[in-house]
Amino acid sequence: KMVLAPVIFPNEIHSLPYSMFFSLLLILQIQVIENDKASRGGQIYATNIRGQVPPLVTTDCVIQDQGNASPRYIRCTAYCFPSSSDMAKQAQIPLAAIIKPFAAVPPNETPLYVVNHGETGPIRCNRCKAYMCPFMQFIEGGRKYQCGFCNCINDVPPFFFQHLDHIGRRTDHYERPELSLGSYEYVATLDYCRNNKPPNSPAYIFMIDVSYSNIKSGLVKLICNELKTVLDNLPREEQEETSAIRVGFVTYNKVLHFFNVKSNLAQPQMMVVSDVGEVFVPLLDGFLVNFQESRSVVNNLLDQIPEMFADTNESETVFAPVIQAGMEALKAAECAGKLFIFHSSLPTAEAPGKLKNRDDKKLINTDKEKILFQPQTNIYESLARDCVANGCCVNLFLFPNQYVDVASMGLVTMYTGGTLYKYNNFQVHSDGPQFLSDLRKEIGKKTGFDAIMRVRTSTGFRATDFFGAIYMNNTTDVEMAAVDCDKAITVEFKHDDKLNEDSGALIQCAVLYTSISGQRRLRIHNIGLNCSSQLADLYKSCETDALINFFAKSAFKAILSQPLKTIREILVSQTARMLACYRKNCASPSAVSQLILPDAMKVLPVYINCLLKSCVLVGRPEIPTDERAYHRQLVMSMDVADTQLFFYPQLLPISDAFPTAVRCSEERLSEGGVFFLANGLNMFLWLGVSTPPELIQGIFNVPSFAHISTETLLPEVDNPYSKKLRSIMDYIQSNRPYSMKLLIAKQREQAEMLFRQYLVEDKGLYGGASYVDFLCCVHKEICQLLS
Amino acid sequence: MATYLEFIQQNEERDGVRFSWNVWPSSRLEATRMVVPLACLLTPLKERLDLPPVQYEPVLCSRQTCKAVLNPLCQVDYRAKLWACNFCFQRNQFPPAYAGISEINQPAELMPQFSTIEYIVQRGSPTPLIFLYVVDTCLEEEDLQALKESLQMSLSLLPPEALVGLITFGRMVQVHELSCEGISKSYVFRGTKDLTAKQIQDMLGLTRPVVPVQQGRPLQPQEQPPISSRFLQPVHKIDMNLTDLLGELQRDPWPVTQGKRPLRSTGVALSIAVGLLEGTFPNTGARIMLFTGGPPTQGPGMVVGDELKTPIRSWHDIEKDNARFMKKATKHYETLANRTAANGHCIDIYACALDQTGLLEMKCCANLTGGHMMMGDSFNTSLFKQTFQRVFSKDFNGEFRMAFGATLEVKTSRELKISGAIGPCISLNAKGPCVSENELGIGGTCQWKICSLDPSSTLAIYFEVVNQHNAPIPQGGRGAVQFVTQYQHSSTQRRIRVTTIARNWADAQSQLQHIEAAFDQEVAAVLMARLGVYRAESEEGPDVLRWLDRQLIRLCQKFGQYNKDDPNSFRLSDSFSLYPQFMFHLRRSPFLQVFNNSPDESSFYRHHFSRQDLTQSLIMIQPILYSYSFSGPPEPVLLDSSSILADRILLMDTFFQIVIYHGETIAQWQKAGYQDMPEYENFKHLLQAPLDDAQEILQTRFPMPRYINTEHGSSQARFLLSKVNPSQTHNNLYAWGQESGSPILTDDVSLQVFMDHLKKLAVSSAS
Repeated sequence: KMVLAPVIFPNEIHSLPYSMFFSLLLILQIQVIENDKASRGGQIYATNIRGQVPPLVTTDCVIQDQGNASPRYIRCTAYCFPSSSDMAKQAQIPLAAIIKPFAAVPPNETPLYVVNHGETGPIRCNRCKAYMCPFMQFIEGGRKYQCGFCNCINDVPPFFFQHLDHIGRRTDHYERPELSLGSYEYVATLDYCRNNKPPNSPAYIFMIDVSYSNIKSGLVKLICNELKTVLDNLPREEQEETSAIRVGFVTYNKVLHFFNVKSNLAQPQMMVVSDVGEVFVPLLDGFLVNFQESRSVVNNLLDQIPEMFADTNESETVFAPVIQAGMEALKAAECAGKLFIFHSSLPTAEAPGKLKNRDDKKLINTDKEKILFQPQTNIYESLARDCVANGCCVNLFLFPNQYVDVASMGLVTMYTGGTLYKYNNFQVHSDGPQFLSDLRKEIGKKTGFDAIMRVRTSTGFRATDFFGAIYMNNTTDVEMAAVDCDKAITVEFKHDDKLNEDSGALIQCAVLYTSISGQRRLRIHNIGLNCSSQLADLYKSCETDALINFFAKSAFKAILSQPLKTIREILVSQTARMLACYRKNCASPSAVSQLILPDAMKVLPVYINCLLKSCVLVGRPEIPTDERAYHRQLVMSMDVADTQLFFYPQLLPISDAFPTAVRCSEERLSEGGVFFLANGLNMFLWLGVSTPPELIQGIFNVPSFAHISTETLLPEVDNPYSKKLRSIMDYIQSNRPYSMKLLIAKQREQAEMLFRQYLVEDKGLYGGASYVDFLCCVHKEICQLLS
Repeated sequence: MATYLEFIQQNEERDGVRFSWNVWPSSRLEATRMVVPLACLLTPLKERLDLPPVQYEPVLCSRQTCKAVLNPLCQVDYRAKLWACNFCFQRNQFPPAYAGISEINQPAELMPQFSTIEYIVQRGSPTPLIFLYVVDTCLEEEDLQALKESLQMSLSLLPPEALVGLITFGRMVQVHELSCEGISKSYVFRGTKDLTAKQIQDMLGLTRPVVPVQQGRPLQPQEQPPISSRFLQPVHKIDMNLTDLLGELQRDPWPVTQGKRPLRSTGVALSIAVGLLEGTFPNTGARIMLFTGGPPTQGPGMVVGDELKTPIRSWHDIEKDNARFMKKATKHYETLANRTAANGHCIDIYACALDQTGLLEMKCCANLTGGHMMMGDSFNTSLFKQTFQRVFSKDFNGEFRMAFGATLEVKTSRELKISGAIGPCISLNAKGPCVSENELGIGGTCQWKICSLDPSSTLAIYFEVVNQHNAPIPQGGRGAVQFVTQYQHSSTQRRIRVTTIARNWADAQSQLQHIEAAFDQEVAAVLMARLGVYRAESEEGPDVLRWLDRQLIRLCQKFGQYNKDDPNSFRLSDSFSLYPQFMFHLRRSPFLQVFNNSPDESSFYRHHFSRQDLTQSLIMIQPILYSYSFSGPPEPVLLDSSSILADRILLMDTFFQIVIYHGETIAQWQKAGYQDMPEYENFKHLLQAPLDDAQEILQTRFPMPRYINTEHGSSQARFLLSKVNPSQTHNNLYAWGQESGSPILTDDVSLQVFMDHLKKLAVSSAS
């Protein structure tokens, strides 16, 4: 099916009445989402067919694993790969998979089965070491099998032998997850463990900056109070009653304080390490404890910490030694784990990793701009390497009041699969709930520790590039100190040969990791894609949301090495070339002036424009460097759904009886309406000046527009308006990795400016084309390419 | 006239001084011919119940190079209110306060009985004593428990105002903060990294941030407590806290795998202790008390690696230059000891372990600072517990028997110069007209620092007669020496004790018999022994023995009466008669013999030998032996194998050991249980008597001796057998007849053989 979507006459574009585009463009972004929802939402999507395009990320449906990994785990930019590299070059469509190996599955879908082959361990192809999976072809009556990836013929181990039925399928096909499912887990043997020793259960270490600003803001007290309850919700295996995860506590300013909270102590013991130049762990026994056992000592400690430092006037902090200490502690305890660091300032104290304020706006839009995104010192890189080598994941909660050099400080977090949270000008009463919600979520997250991922492919193509919160020591092994349910790795593939159209393109992603309870496991995701020598097949099978994820990550990675201008140009020209190739080879002949978009890429231009307008790719001195570095880092580990929402926020007219999303454009706002916008990091409630008072009363419990204070939190009012708004917020918030803080933007007031940045179809606040302008520009490029 | 013996005793009791010669040869040449140098043992703080201190400043000679203290030997012109210094002959005006003096109204320091006098003086504000415990936690559970209890107990013995601190160490070093409530807090240091004093103080937060002085605003008087207060607190304030803290001390938690020694960071722990005090309380009386249960195994100052399969160095290794860590470790501890001494602090070492603990390397810490050294098998022994308790013993005035930060200055009349001192001191490098170029011991100075001393601390001080032969001293001329000891009393008062003595000069050619008669052979033996032990620390053992022998032969040649080449004619006068015997036992003593002793033991023995007073030193050289029998009251007997008889009980005191030895028959009777039968009550009394006597010694001795109760044929009997003169050995047993004594299985020469050789050499015209 080919769609002849909006027809634009480039020469006249500016003279046309605006409303005309309005109707044309309206079809695009929102309609595509709504159409998919209408046709596939609420249904069961079975993964039994190779190369089928899954429902959009915005569409809710139940996914049934029938031989290929669920799109929750793997999404691809194209589900039908071009059969040759020439063809791939011609189409310019990136071939990539976005893998989220630990994605959360809704309760109505089956969790992963665990296969245990005992001491022999998982069955693997002798040559390419791929794991037993539905792509293995059993032959010779079931005595041998041919590897679907490298075609090597392997013997079936005797214990695994099974007869074949009349269609050549093993009779136990449906009894074994590894033969019939796209995703499953193996229990790993000692060979897969560090030093051939079974791993210890992981540990979480809480490291709290107790310098002056954090004490004064009340943050330390907030954290300590929260920890007393949140530690009851440490993640645990489904069948376990309590969590096996041990916890430890460190506070620090210019020096580090470790705490002994052994259960048999009457009171906690504090050990100060002031040798920050060569930091070390002063204790082993009693540092990492089971929270349930040491509850009274831990609570005693958490009560005391805010008191202990109440009179502090220490404002300098260290940072790298803190990570180092946490890592050494985990190393000494021989376990993997996570650090939770709560930090607020630029680490200026004399110590390794000391940072200075190097935020230089003059570098923006020059060839040296990339320096701002690179770490100040290489200590953080080597620290990251050590952390990864020791399975130490660093979660960083930043509470800056000014520049803190996120590019340097966030680096270890980025490389170790951790999450970076940033709360600017943190105020306990207004930002506390958001932070606590993030903290609770982060602590409770299902996680794989000390993980290593390997992506295997069938012959003809291979994984060439990886993007995400990962560390690569070589070209094939993706190392992650930890990988949680929100982290996605984007993998780019390239041809190295012709692909076979019959056998398709097969991908197996295997993640070796340590589970929450300290079991070594392998998580396997398999997906089969089609191959075709027809460009039309390729264009038909594309997924724009995945493409944007790839483009965003590759552009954000390129920032480290290339000037912004080049990156922007590449994005525009690649978009144009993808579309031109389609126009030339797949579309039916039509006037040159017509812009013809493939059905699957109808929304590509609008998304590319949004990406180009993201603050990372916009070099303007008004945008804080830290904010850009922060966004860059967040996007690098986002999955398809996250990038979709992040680049094109959802805008809902709350004032409507049944709010359906509208385009992010000022045109859609009305003075009498209330609009809700969310992008995964922020939420806005925009209020038109003539919003009906009953709506205002209903939501804010105040009589009029003028009474609404933008400082307050959203009150819980027992009223259908309030309930509706809050249920919408809850829904949007659910399954999002970051908690969003609601900002209230009243029309024609200061806060509205912030809100307007997110109206991505309009001309950007800091420059950046409107959607229409961008479309013209792309069209012009396409015309040039075609002529 | 009283005998010289009485004279010597009197002088010792009054002044705590004993000279090798009590009549001095008047010329340099003659003096050198006396063989035994002119020297004395000085016990600066000898307990004097009859000496109430005076509460004013001493009067000093006004000559800048002299500054001797006014003393009974000075000539006083009461009318002109002038006094002449007896050292430099400077005439001085009395200070105004002395306006009222006259022949009848004399100040104490001019009265002859106050040749030793003590002044209490005002010097700044008094600072409390400081006790810093440095505790090894790599101990067995039982040992640690015992140590913890001893430490807790000690808190009740400390003066309530004293400051106390705690450092513990194992793999890491922890400096405990004492002022915190609700949470126990400590600063932790890596055990492998040596830090400078500055770094330590920075890391402990002891350096005050520099507060910019605002113009026109005077500096605020110190309102906040001193910064060191986090680590050093008055006992009365934190004894509960510290008791709890000590109670909660755990063994070093770091795992020790099989075949390894625990990692023990003694070197860094001491360095931190020294650095902490250095920055906060320089020149204040302070004891760093190290309790260690094994050798340092890591970091600076490590003595042995952590592999158990490599044993700690032995004398054999040292001779073969196989002691890998010794030099480096010794250097580390020497540096620390010198810094500590410079700050006026002292380091005690309480080492309890079955194997060596590195005392050899660490000895200078105690030796140079006047600290105690104690060696035992376990902290869970009365040996340690009582020794430690005795550190805090009090004198008759209820004051601690410890003094701090002393400087000893010696002044001599111009015929004498000072060669050096041997004892628990370091040189202050004070050059002066009375400093000799010929050094004996720690020389080149007339002032020494003694960071810690007690009433028995004794220094040997060596002099040189510099008067030329052709400048005779007028008849009746006397030589004088003044000892000025300034110190911090345990009550934190500053005190100055001044002892001024004088001895007659005599012309050695015409009056040799006077000089001879005034020879103090006991102190001479100890003074020579100190020289020998001092040499043994740096020279090869055999060289020292040869030197001692040569001195002995020369002395015999000089003072013996004999016919040339006729050994049988050799005689020594009474004042010399015991001297060769002392030398015989000294040669066999653990101070000079390293055979059968570990390097640690040698260090321990030498440490004590170089600081004890005359009586104790003599016991160390020649242990005393008492015999108990039915035939009469206990009697001292010869330290000879012939004294070991079947029906006797022997009590031997070697200073380090108290041995009770039951003869063969006594042991059999005891086994048969006669002592429990009413009709043999006297046997019971006989058994009890040496026990009571031993108890008496045990109660006063510091350090507590090892107590051995043994009997004939028991392996422990070796303690006795190795000490007695082997007059009967398996070689000569039958030649000596039947019954008496018991043979010693040894190839050592007996006193008899030794004396025979000595006589032969002394009378030989060839030498």
